[in-house]
Amino acid sequence: MNIRFLKHIALIFATTLLLQLLQTNFKDVAAQTAPFTLTKPTTPEKVPNVDGFIQRWLILEPIAANGLTDSAVQTLVKKEQFSNQLTVIPHDGDIVNVGGAELRWHAVDTLNYNVNLFHFARAQGKKTSDVLFWVVTIINCPLEMRDVRLSVGSNAASVWWVNGKEVIGIYGDRQAVIDDGVSRRLTLKKGQNIIRGAIVNGGGATDFCARLLDANDQPIRNITVSLGEVKALSAEVKRAKANAKFQRSNAASKSERVSYSNPSIKFN
Amino acid sequence: MNQIFVKLPAMKKIFLAGILILVPTIFFNESLVFALECNIGIHDPSTIIFCDGKFYTYGTGGTSLISDDGWTWRRGNPLPRRGLAPDVIHIGDKYFLYIAANTGPTKADINLLINKTLDPNSPNYKWEEGGVVASSDGVEDCNAIDPGIFLDSNTKRLWLTYGSYFGYIRLVELDPKTGKRLNMNVKPRNVAINSEASIMIYHDGWYYLLVTHGSCCRGADSGYNIRAGRSKKVTGPFIDNMGVDMLQGGGKLFVGSSGRVIGPGHFGLFDLRDGVQRFSLHYEADLDRGGASVLDIRPLLWKDGWLVAGENLKEGTYQIESLRTGTSLELAVEGFPVGGRPVRRGPPPSVSDTTGTPANNAIPPGGGIFAGIGKPIPSQDVAEVSKQWTMGNIDIRMSNYMLQAQQKWKIEPAGNAGGYLGAPYFKITIAGTNRTLAATTGGELVALPEFTGSPEQLWRFDQLADGSWRIMPKAIPGSNQPLVLSAVGSSFATLAKFDPLSEKQRWLIKMP
Repeated sequence: MNIRFLKHIALIFATTLLLQLLQTNFKDVAAQTAPFTLTKPTTPEKVPNVDGFIQRWLILEPIAANGLTDSAVQTLVKKEQFSNQLTVIPHDGDIVNVGGAELRWHAVDTLNYNVNLFHFARAQGKKTSDVLFWVVTIINCPLEMRDVRLSVGSNAASVWWVNGKEVIGIYGDRQAVIDDGVSRRLTLKKGQNIIRGAIVNGGGATDFCARLLDANDQPIRNITVSLGEVKALSAEVKRAKANAKFQRSNAASKSERVSYSNPSIKFN
Repeated sequence: MNQIFVKLPAMKKIFLAGILILVPTIFFNESLVFALECNIGIHDPSTIIFCDGKFYTYGTGGTSLISDDGWTWRRGNPLPRRGLAPDVIHIGDKYFLYIAANTGPTKADINLLINKTLDPNSPNYKWEEGGVVASSDGVEDCNAIDPGIFLDSNTKRLWLTYGSYFGYIRLVELDPKTGKRLNMNVKPRNVAINSEASIMIYHDGWYYLLVTHGSCCRGADSGYNIRAGRSKKVTGPFIDNMGVDMLQGGGKLFVGSSGRVIGPGHFGLFDLRDGVQRFSLHYEADLDRGGASVLDIRPLLWKDGWLVAGENLKEGTYQIESLRTGTSLELAVEGFPVGGRPVRRGPPPSVSDTTGTPANNAIPPGGGIFAGIGKPIPSQDVAEVSKQWTMGNIDIRMSNYMLQAQQKWKIEPAGNAGGYLGAPYFKITIAGTNRTLAATTGGELVALPEFTGSPEQLWRFDQLADGSWRIMPKAIPGSNQPLVLSAVGSSFATLAKFDPLSEKQRWLIKMP
């Protein structure tokens, strides 16, 4: 063993250490992904935020998609990818089979007005481009509400149903703008009403926001959202949340533009 | 410039009034587009006034016009006095009409006529003399004709301005209960000079004095134009945009000759409320009507504290853009890029390839995805594009304007469908097709395959103070609510109650 060999060993060790540090850093960054904007619901019900945005959703892990035009999106969402896709009321943790792949429904609360599907998918280690997200929420109305409009924004195209009726279709490569797609006037029945969406992303960021507007185009807040039983937080998610809390306290200013790549961090 | 006519304005007006009785039957029975319809021959029209479901205006020589909808006019009953340039106002249960008579050069009286209704068919229709409210003696520096009446909504005080070229435009106060002069001993106040057809309006903290400058009564050679000054007090001083007092000839141009009409004069305000205002006027010569003097009604806009004369909507193909969202109305069909979907091409050509004109889809000079196809791209052919559209009803939505066929709307008078104050009802179709915008039950929108002329397919365009437009169906199936086109979201339009403070119901009508 000569000096030259030892130098080589030292160089390899140093390089490995550096890569480990970098990887650790990426892991840490990745770990903050989901908890920053998406959390596991911890209450039986949730009211919309001050602007009426619905912040509790069930989201299915993404399905491969291709195309954002009217016809491409319509063809995609009308094709049966899993059983009863336009009628099923899923529960957190339910698994569906899509083309041989098992995809899981996740209950999430968003801290923001919008639901960041990019974070959601990356946290699952899933594709974020050329994908379709199915989302469902259950609105509980204290009484019948007439002349209500569902109002959404989505990145990118999306189609929406209220109680099984298609009410909105917005197409093309677009950003999630508040009150972009708005339904015609509709009636919400007393009790449960199902809102279902299909968001198709082409590339890059993807998210959506949704709220209900009254006859005067004002946000409706006297409703609640409940998704049924939410599975207990796994130890893995607890670790991720704890890690994210630590990261927030140390790097609160870090931008969400940082790449998130750790596929091991999941909600449950 | 106008000395000949300044000398004897009253005689000219009386002569013209005689002509006006004959001219309309010659020229005005043709249904013409974009001018008021039918019989609109008049000179020096009074402020248009609404009474028991009809619009009325009175002109020099005792002429009067009546309309049921504000678009189609017919000749009305003459006034008992065949004087000059009347003006009329409704206060309480009475209509006060002021009309002048010259008894000599610059010697004139303004008389008051009172009626309980303007409808000649009403049993209450009876003009009563109210006496002289202002006069000029033929010596003083004023010619007491062309009365303009103004009720100050702030103070409920009633004012009369009058005068014509010989000296000053003057202001006196009237009794709003009787319409008569409040105090004959109070000397009239001079407020402007060297003009006529004065009238005052109030807007947003300012009193505006409108007058007509230039010469009248010589057809296409008339230099009539309407000008304005403003003051914080009803008594003036009225200053124009350049700081010149109207007592020294000041006056910001409000409307002059344009297009095919010459010599606008005699402003009258008609406030439709909710921020929608119109003004009446006459043109000394409408070239499309043989140079006759005719009534017109146009949108009144405001900019930087000054009046702006709006234009009535003209037939054409337009983009209809929401002021709120910046997106444009379109059929809910899949759009195709003008020129076809872009295809990724190969690398830029070599230097030797960059000479000559590219043919077909050959890579143009410069190459790459930003180089285009090297030749002009024609506008989208709606006949070709529309083959992809469903044959039945199509939803309406909004989108970024991309010059595509489903975004270009032909707006044209519906024809024999009547109208509203100053304009006909329009039909709105996708240019080059019969796809017709219509209101639906429930206050929503749809494009029908064909135009049938039913009320829900007829549209009213009101230009608002900022120049944008309010668009309103004549009727909504199953509803008697007056709803207007509204951008409830960036990508969706509906019908909703008009909110003058919101931009949701304001639309830009743009040339595509």
